[in-house]
Amino acid sequence: MKENKERIVLDVAYQPQVRTNTDTRRIMLDVILALLPAVIVSVIHFGARVLIVMATSVVSAVFFEWAYRKLLKKTNTIGDLTAALTGLLMAMTLPPQSPWWMPIIGTLFAIVVVKQLYGGLGKNFLNPALAGRAFLMASYAAIMGNITIDGVTSATPLSYMYSGEPMPFTMGNLFLGQIPGCIGEISALALLIGGVYLLIRKVITWRIPVAFIGTVAVLTLIFGHAGYSNVDWMLANVLSGGLMLGAIFMATDYATSPVTMPGQLLYGFGCGALTVLIRYFGGYPEGVSYAILIMNLCAWAIDKGFCRPQFGVTKEDIAAQKAAAKAAKEAAK
Amino acid sequence: MSYKFKGGVHPNYMKSPEIPTTVIAPPAQVIIPMIQHIGAPCKPLVQVGDYVKMYQKIGENPAPVSAPVHASVSGKVVAVEPRPHPLGDMIMSVVIENDFQDTPELMEPLTEEQLKDPDAILERIREAGVVGMGGAMFPTAVKIRGGIGKVDTLIINGAECEPYLNGDHLTMLNFPEQLLRGIELARIASGVEKAYYGIEKNKQDAIDLLNSLNPAQYGVEIVPEDVKYPQGGEKMQVKAITNREVKPGGLPSGVGCNVVSTRTAYAIYQACYEGKSVVERIVTYGGSALKAPVNGLTRVGTPFSHIAEQCGGFVKTPRKIVLGGPMMGICATTFDAPTVKGTAGVLFFTEEEDKHVDNPTCIRCGKCISVCPMNLEPVFMYMYYSKGDFENMQKYHITDCFECGSCSFNCPARMPLTHAFKTAKIMFQVKAAKEKAKAEAEAAAKEAV
Repeated sequence: MKENKERIVLDVAYQPQVRTNTDTRRIMLDVILALLPAVIVSVIHFGARVLIVMATSVVSAVFFEWAYRKLLKKTNTIGDLTAALTGLLMAMTLPPQSPWWMPIIGTLFAIVVVKQLYGGLGKNFLNPALAGRAFLMASYAAIMGNITIDGVTSATPLSYMYSGEPMPFTMGNLFLGQIPGCIGEISALALLIGGVYLLIRKVITWRIPVAFIGTVAVLTLIFGHAGYSNVDWMLANVLSGGLMLGAIFMATDYATSPVTMPGQLLYGFGCGALTVLIRYFGGYPEGVSYAILIMNLCAWAIDKGFCRPQFGVTKEDIAAQKAAAKAAKEAAK
Repeated sequence: MSYKFKGGVHPNYMKSPEIPTTVIAPPAQVIIPMIQHIGAPCKPLVQVGDYVKMYQKIGENPAPVSAPVHASVSGKVVAVEPRPHPLGDMIMSVVIENDFQDTPELMEPLTEEQLKDPDAILERIREAGVVGMGGAMFPTAVKIRGGIGKVDTLIINGAECEPYLNGDHLTMLNFPEQLLRGIELARIASGVEKAYYGIEKNKQDAIDLLNSLNPAQYGVEIVPEDVKYPQGGEKMQVKAITNREVKPGGLPSGVGCNVVSTRTAYAIYQACYEGKSVVERIVTYGGSALKAPVNGLTRVGTPFSHIAEQCGGFVKTPRKIVLGGPMMGICATTFDAPTVKGTAGVLFFTEEEDKHVDNPTCIRCGKCISVCPMNLEPVFMYMYYSKGDFENMQKYHITDCFECGSCSFNCPARMPLTHAFKTAKIMFQVKAAKEKAKAEAEAAAKEAV
């Protein structure tokens, strides 16, 4: 017995010796699961061909991640599902009639340039899926800008709103997704279901989505638009375009959003304000993706501004410290 | 009614208070290390060949911060030499060959008057070798004496928020009256009117039992607390009961509080009423290497190899021996090391508990920030730690971390956060010591000139 034990090699580690079951892979899987309602709605609405777009996007994203890391002799990271998620998210932002090669180019940019060249998981400063979309938008504006269903170009709610014409859609259409649009953005309901799932699973907190959507709602309610009642205009803005998809799934991307709690509120507010600004004054009807990309760049600075108060230090302590520092300065003079 | 602290986690508690306390048969040889406390190491009072009785004092140091150690069995001293210590290193230890008679040498119980005299109680607490038995092992007499005049609230820590551990809970259930008397003594010694006993609500049976004994007659109030790790941290206890926050780098006595653990209060009772020194305690044995958890009344100085045999051997090969709870417990390096006064649990973990990954990568999810009870931002602290940026580590108050492990526990990427902060704190200590030595050397050089 004793000799037996001598052979046991013991591990040592600092605390804690136990860890929660939720790991990176589980979180990414949760986000993918949360996207399923939106995937189902899009298949029902656009037909099975969008599945090809999504599958191409996911497979190529995973392939590029694998190939890049293989070529550079880095560890294989496709098991954490982040590449698959990036691929799926990018597919959600593409028009349903996208040709098969487009998601491949998009994910090449998203995975290799935006994510891996900057150090891979957690180090990218732009949301890879949105950056991929922005790259395609700049390169293939004609395809990206038109939503074609069954060969017929259809105007999205946002393009009606952009031109100021009244929409032929009801708010119910917008909510349920009976509208033209990009693959994953059409149904606010499906995306909200996913959002609630993410909140329950504690993958995201309420701060960024609520601040983002709330800011858009408040600003559009205040400023309104000719030809719409203010409430209709607000609802149309909240329910149309990529707002729900952006606020729930894109802006909450861990690597590119602030980690501090007040920082998340400010970031959500910034995303919302920029979205409204672009929708009112921009050259495109849609502003969500650029709003998020711009705020991605600010995330780091925002976090810097919100150092949490130190435990055990009261406001009086801080005031006393400041007074002491001031006195010392004056004494030095 | 307790106040809430920010953050905290809900680990899988794995508690087993329903398993009755069993007695771990004393081993043929006990190893009593001369360091079982924070402070000056004891010097052995016995030599090889001496016969010692159970409870007899065998090591002492007159330094102010120290606590004597006692024999946990009767028998012959067979060695006085460095032996493996559970916290690592080789430490001078007294090895006693057990004669299985348990011939006792008890101190005189305190008289009625002495039981009301703070000095007599404190003297006895010191003599009996009572230390913080929650795990920190700070000499209790020093702690209480240091707080006299400053402390207006005595807090007894009955949170037992660490997973697996049941010793405090079982003490409450089995010795409620003795426990309350022990708290009363700690309260009298501290010179305060009232003691608050904070107990997590998952021990409702213990709360009810203690309340049924009219704790007010001992000057004790039971405070049920939320079930959340690290409720049992000293700073969290102070916050939960008084809503005061311990100052950075300060002690609870700085805000008028002293925190004493449940098991320590019971040890105070045993020392004063029964004249017993600290030689045994309930230790929880668990982990997937054992068939079932065991709550074992264990003598101080029992080697882990003996414990494993007494618990029915291993069903799987253990990979780690964790001392204390799994959240703050540290790893033992050898089966030959013995339990000490502060050992509340010994967990034999296998691969099953291991969630280690090879290349942890931070995904910046911020889950570490939301659980930090000290309001810290582990994600940035870790970033500056990996760069070796001391200035920014300090700016993010890395030294405030009390290593509760919540951030690492909650980290989906399995980053070694607590590990890094513990290392960083040691680096800061080393740096401070170096700077001090340098300043002293310069001052000496100046004087020489």
